[in-house]
Amino acid sequence: MTTTAAVEAVWRMESAKVIAGVARLVRDVGLAEELAHDALVAALEQWPSAGVPVNPGAWLTTVAKRRAVDHLRRQQVLAAKLAEIGPEQAADDRKGVQVDFDAAFEHDIDDDVLRLIFTACHPVLSPPARAALTLRLVAGLTTDEIARAFLVPSTTVGQRIVRAKRTLTEARVPFELPPRGQLGDRVASVLEVIYLIFNEGYAATAGDDWVRPELCADALRLGRVLAELLPDQAEVHGLVALMEIQTSRLRARVDEAGRPVLLMDQNRSGWDRLLIQRGLRALRRAEDLGGTLGPYTLQASIAACHATASTPEQTDWQRMAALYDALSQVAPSPVVELNRAVAVSFAFGPEAGLEIVDALDDEPALRRYHLLPSVRADLLARLDRNGEARAELQRAAGLTDNERERALLLARTAALSSERPGAQ
Amino acid sequence: MRFMIIRKADSETEAGVMPTEEQLRTMTDYNEEMLKAGVLVAGEGLHPSSRGMRVSFRDGAPTVTDGPFAEAKELIAGFTMIEVRSREEALEWVKRWPEENVDLEVRQVFAAEDFGEAFTPELQAREEHMREELGQP
Repeated sequence: MTTTAAVEAVWRMESAKVIAGVARLVRDVGLAEELAHDALVAALEQWPSAGVPVNPGAWLTTVAKRRAVDHLRRQQVLAAKLAEIGPEQAADDRKGVQVDFDAAFEHDIDDDVLRLIFTACHPVLSPPARAALTLRLVAGLTTDEIARAFLVPSTTVGQRIVRAKRTLTEARVPFELPPRGQLGDRVASVLEVIYLIFNEGYAATAGDDWVRPELCADALRLGRVLAELLPDQAEVHGLVALMEIQTSRLRARVDEAGRPVLLMDQNRSGWDRLLIQRGLRALRRAEDLGGTLGPYTLQASIAACHATASTPEQTDWQRMAALYDALSQVAPSPVVELNRAVAVSFAFGPEAGLEIVDALDDEPALRRYHLLPSVRADLLARLDRNGEARAELQRAAGLTDNERERALLLARTAALSSERPGAQ
Repeated sequence: MRFMIIRKADSETEAGVMPTEEQLRTMTDYNEEMLKAGVLVAGEGLHPSSRGMRVSFRDGAPTVTDGPFAEAKELIAGFTMIEVRSREEALEWVKRWPEENVDLEVRQVFAAEDFGEAFTPELQAREEHMREELGQP
């Protein structure tokens, strides 16, 4: 194992703390990252010959801190900053006495990391910019790694990060925790970014059918960090629960040839029990905090409902229908409605499901969405209305961009044709 | 990547000696650090082997032997499961283990990424497209 690899590993473990600590001194995350990066460069120069220090995190922090202090002295603003930290220290510094920066630094690193997360996920930035900045500043990924994860050129990510830092500076976003009144919205903005990163790894974009487990792992890790920093926020635990349970299925979600396997067809013995247990525990934490369940907690409850059924037949569809009902109240969307229709059809019969689907007919957002006719076809077939079902399947096949999906839909059409209409 | 840090047994763990308050505190601090880093996923301590049993299967009915078992260093006293990005990172965490005079074994656990790396043709196509864009071979 090379020293360089060790330095990189230490960097990923410590960079958020180092950057956050420096940012509290210089009040600028972009500058803080540069100064922290100087410390990394120093480590790469010195550790291979001098060896990795016993406490590498403290080493990086000390070097970065020294650079920050040098910078502030150059900017002649140190005295002002120190006055914020404490008047005695400011006086000491003017007298040339060695100031105890350690005390100033050790302040509360958890809060600093939290400030860093809130700043990187600030609503003045677009969600993709927030995602790139968060992966870079909080998760310690390099620009190349982020580019590879998002399948975009490195230069694109680099520019996105530079622009994001500039936007933060220009908008004078303070390196602070959000005011109490804004906390809910700001947490939502962070959760959106974490789930965006997760989905980039988990949910295939239209036409694609693969997963990138490492990106899921990065998002999950960010979520787990946030759950410890904001233990009172139910939706943080809700999102962690959702990601833990969804990640538990990664292995079963793709077959050996890389083809996606639908939830109901997955081999449940391939689900990761440890992650399911962790997900259920996070879900309990969210529920125990009380209040109305938010959209992430509700989605986690739905995921948990699948996770705790040992076979598809044992799924508690009545509970599922009630959860989708609640979800459609707090986060209404046509796609949630469509899912609710499926849950309702299994809980209360295909007719009840069809009623919900029919109400979605004029929904502009679903006009080109192949799953709408596909679901309706299912329901019609279950009602023995095979002729109508075939027409819906053909409509669905015409709407999907995915070859495999189209083949599947046409195969189902053919299967229905071979049955006698109205046959039981 | 998931790793299991296996804490080997020693004469003290085998004798059922409970940790001192100080030992407990440093271990709690360590676990908390890993928890806050989003790394710790599971961990348990085990009773001494005197409360365990061995079961061996050799053509026929299973044979059960009650503990304790000899050779403390071949036994385990507990485990910690961590999820990290690399082997190097796992090692860096293990190096921070807060006990002295202890033997640890670190093993990688099979997990999603060991199965999910199947590159689909679409993905390969996109990668190639990306290289074209970047003008790389």
